[in-house]
Amino acid sequence: MTIEILMPALSPTMEEGTLSKWLVNEGDSISSGDLIAEIETDKATMEVEAVDDGKIGQLLVAEGTEGVKVNTPIALLVDSSETPHATIKKIADKPYLEKEKISTKHVNEKTVPIEANSSLITVREALRNAMAEEMRVDKSVFVMGEEVAEYQGAYKVTQGLLDEFGDKRVYDTPITEHGFAGIGIGAAFGNLKPIVEFMTFNFAMQAMDQIINSAAKTLYMSGGQMGCPIVFRGPNGAASRVAAQHSQCYASWYAHCPGLKVVSPWSSKDAKGLLKSAIRDPDPVIFLENEVMYGQSFSCPDDKNFTLPIGKANIEKEGNDVTIIAFSIMVGKSLEAAEILEGKNINAEVINLRTLRPLDIDTIIESVKKTNRVVTCEEGFPFSGIGAEISALITEKAFDWLDAPVVRVTGKDVPMPYAANLEKLALPQVDDIVSASAQVCYDD
Amino acid sequence: MKKSTAKKILIETKMNYDLNLLQDMYKKMLLIRRFEEKAGQLYGMGKIGGFCHLYIGQEAVVVGIQSAQIEGDSIVTSYRDHGHMLACDMDPKGVMAELTGRKDGYSKGKGGSMHMFSREKGFFGGHGIVAAQVPIGAGLAFAHKYNGNRNVSITYFGDGAANQGQVYESYNIASLWKLPVVFVIENNKYGMGTAVNRSSAGENLSDRGVAYGIKSEIIDGMDILAVRESAVRAIDYCRAGKGPYILEMKTYRYRGHSMSDPAKYRTRDEVDKIRKTSDPIENIKSLLNKMGVEEKKLKDIDTDIKSVIAEAAKFAQASPEPSENELFTDITIN
Repeated sequence: MTIEILMPALSPTMEEGTLSKWLVNEGDSISSGDLIAEIETDKATMEVEAVDDGKIGQLLVAEGTEGVKVNTPIALLVDSSETPHATIKKIADKPYLEKEKISTKHVNEKTVPIEANSSLITVREALRNAMAEEMRVDKSVFVMGEEVAEYQGAYKVTQGLLDEFGDKRVYDTPITEHGFAGIGIGAAFGNLKPIVEFMTFNFAMQAMDQIINSAAKTLYMSGGQMGCPIVFRGPNGAASRVAAQHSQCYASWYAHCPGLKVVSPWSSKDAKGLLKSAIRDPDPVIFLENEVMYGQSFSCPDDKNFTLPIGKANIEKEGNDVTIIAFSIMVGKSLEAAEILEGKNINAEVINLRTLRPLDIDTIIESVKKTNRVVTCEEGFPFSGIGAEISALITEKAFDWLDAPVVRVTGKDVPMPYAANLEKLALPQVDDIVSASAQVCYDD
Repeated sequence: MKKSTAKKILIETKMNYDLNLLQDMYKKMLLIRRFEEKAGQLYGMGKIGGFCHLYIGQEAVVVGIQSAQIEGDSIVTSYRDHGHMLACDMDPKGVMAELTGRKDGYSKGKGGSMHMFSREKGFFGGHGIVAAQVPIGAGLAFAHKYNGNRNVSITYFGDGAANQGQVYESYNIASLWKLPVVFVIENNKYGMGTAVNRSSAGENLSDRGVAYGIKSEIIDGMDILAVRESAVRAIDYCRAGKGPYILEMKTYRYRGHSMSDPAKYRTRDEVDKIRKTSDPIENIKSLLNKMGVEEKKLKDIDTDIKSVIAEAAKFAQASPEPSENELFTDITIN
């Protein structure tokens, strides 16, 4: 009997990985629990154990092959008594995958050309580069958080920082968000510039008192004496199949509070330009990343002095018929929706907010005056969400320019379910943006 | 009997203290007491609003510790903060004007009794959330260590705060990273209306440092010289890079938790007894008497302080309210 050994999923968001090393050869006998291969994901290199006993009949994927999709057969296991090759050839007519990049490129890599003086880098690399560049020029900048140093970051965002800057600049903390957030804030009051990583913003709930009561309000309560130049960063929003406590967008929670700046990048360019600005900013900045975006590649300027201003939105695609307003991962989905809408003769304008507080309302109003129709997009809950605020502001400032009520595309008003089908239903999809846009254009 | 002999020896040892130092400490404690009495009075007249937590009875703690500090050390405490600010040499006028919510207050009238700061004097608040100042104090210590200066952070909190989780998160990190922070527990026996033995398991609050490998001492917080000596030990330890230190000060507040607290959870006798037998200002006053300082001189000191306080109170009521434009300033820096 032959068993296919499949490429395993090693994290909630992993879709593919690199088969970096085989630890067995064809013909080797193995037992359950033996190490058979090393697989590199975008987060870490992991060892894979055999599940069944048997003999390695054939290795189907060569060492060093990148982009091997989860669930692709990577080897065949036969009964110990069987002769490996002869049997296999008959059963499996699968070609041996040569060492080459077999993954499909992401949509944005196909559509976004590499700009001048730029490189194609992942959002993860852009964030890392932003931190490293700022740490090189400003000795008061340091990084602290869970697993940021020796482990190289739970999501590999801080990879290499410990090696370059040492343990006086990069600190592993215990799993005590309230405590280390407060220590970061105290250090900022002491004129340092901490970058505090939350493994995810779900865990920052533990530190909410320090973030709001200490970081956000002390400048005001001190009559302007106590600046708090700190960045709280980490993944926010829905991850994949981790259920309600690990999958939530907190944008509207933080955007609600005066004293904070709230930034949420989409592309690598956003990530680098905005994080550098956030680190340089004298105020506390909540920097909401997205785990699903970390591995996506975009063109990003190489210039060490490149920054993007906090408080300024970007029009990612110009259009005349409807304004789609989004941030973070929803920008990509909005651009996909805009492509589909072209086919319906609807020319959508897509605004990437980049910053949620202070909100660039001017760019929004200018666009409304042009298109007269608005769809807002976010992963968060609808009630008291970012879309609700934008809708209220448009009503106050540009009501007469509207030809249709503003429509919100949001996550559903439920805790995030675990089951794959329910999770998909709970999250806003490209089709939702398409139909909302058609609705405001009275095209449905 | 045994106790009185011990006390006698103690007083004799104390006679070796520098007279100027003792007089300065006496002045500072008296300044705090008179300030707080005036604040209580102004509160009663409706000149001070909101919450107002007085420090009367606890003066020896902050003045004793402050006497062991050096320039550049940072101080952070809770909302019972008037005494700490005066001990840091912040101007009584600016503190009182903040209490009255006026433009010349340390926070331009936008912070009030619980939220005042002076970077210049090393005073980092004045924090209104119970125990929130503890990780902040550890963070200030982090900054001292990061910058490689020899300064320490003095982080005060009460017996009520001592049960908050973030205190222990801070102990853990401070001990792990050897942060130069003295954690001063001002144990005044009641967290609002709840006696320590009804809220805190275990014998002593300072014992809890043992779990984190943090050295601690229990001190009679009504005896300013004992406070000072322990502060010297603790601060030297931190300055030498050995990590954090805990001082549990057994102290007592004479007034309620805040001005609106009728203090029904303890008897009048209990308060009177402590006032009569352990008052920190009376203690040092009798020591000064024994060392030959004339009663008249001590009276003169009191008179001078009373006029400083009267002036502060006058100033605080004459200073205008903040301009309406201030509503929207200081929210962010840029």
